[in-house]
Amino acid sequence: MAEGRLRAARVLEAVKGLGFTHIVWLPDSETGLMHRALQGERSVTLVPVCREGEAVAIAAGLWVGGKRPLVMMQSTGFFEAGDSIRGLALDVRLPLVLLVGYRGYRGDGPSSDSAAVHLEPLLRAWSIPYYLLERDSEVERIAMAHRDAEATARPVAILICREYQ
Amino acid sequence: MIPSAEATELIARHRGDSIVVPTMTALKLWAALSPGHPLDLYAFGCMGKASSLGLGVALARPDRRVIVLDGDGSLLMNLGSLVTIAHMASPNLYHFVYEDGAYTTTGGQPIPGAGKIDLAAFARAAGYPHAYAFENLEELASALPGVFTLRGPVLVDLKVHHQPDLPPFPTLDMAQVVRRVARALEG
Repeated sequence: MAEGRLRAARVLEAVKGLGFTHIVWLPDSETGLMHRALQGERSVTLVPVCREGEAVAIAAGLWVGGKRPLVMMQSTGFFEAGDSIRGLALDVRLPLVLLVGYRGYRGDGPSSDSAAVHLEPLLRAWSIPYYLLERDSEVERIAMAHRDAEATARPVAILICREYQ
Repeated sequence: MIPSAEATELIARHRGDSIVVPTMTALKLWAALSPGHPLDLYAFGCMGKASSLGLGVALARPDRRVIVLDGDGSLLMNLGSLVTIAHMASPNLYHFVYEDGAYTTTGGQPIPGAGKIDLAAFARAAGYPHAYAFENLEELASALPGVFTLRGPVLVDLKVHHQPDLPPFPTLDMAQVVRRVARALEG
């Protein structure tokens, strides 16, 4: 197995192992192949949204109702979802794991816009801890993020640094 | 036009053990009627997201009726949520929209499209199986018991006006509010 690969099936396996009940998301280049991996998957309910701010609010409602949601979006959607992340994750002290596609990450060649420039500074400004995820051997970081989120009652991000294979 | 306080009282008479998700002006009215209720999930501090918050809890708790008390300005900030809600087809979600044509909490500035848009038509076009509009209190009172027997999601557009002395926003700590509701649902 190539060390450099990050496979959607491996990520889904990790997500299922952590007991997430719902994946609330809007597809992007980095996480798009998760959709194929999720076909026929009955242990996790997929909740597709029209815009990423919805995803955080839906996740908050799911959590209130006793479920364990995971939110997936691209960094561009993270920027769009700012008020929901502030109001319904940070202010609510929601133990939420966000899987964020890292658009323009340096490993993927030259970036065509500023998304990669602003992502990590914004996460730091909001005191949202984050982990980078580039290859299968690092999927344990999802469990680490989950543990951190539960321990601190705060959102924690996993930055998906390349497109899944 | 329906007096908003009376519409709110009418909905409260039908709430039973529903989870209620009010926002903005509807939140002021609802909190004054139902202070500290353990199943009141206030949508505060997250512009336009009451419908999405309500969908989340409706998906989590299909055994409970969820009543969202939205505003027209709030819904316009999150119109895509109509499509998401219709897609997920939560049978237990009842989505009321207080349509007053204005951003009432910020001083009454008109919303875009005030008086021209058709919120019930938006909902139907998005895929809601049921959507209604009411501008008469007696008609609403007569229809409401039947509305709550429908399989959701249902949108009810309430064309309202407000009395001049609306209640203030309650003092809120959203972290406490969501945990209060979560605890109540665990019990």
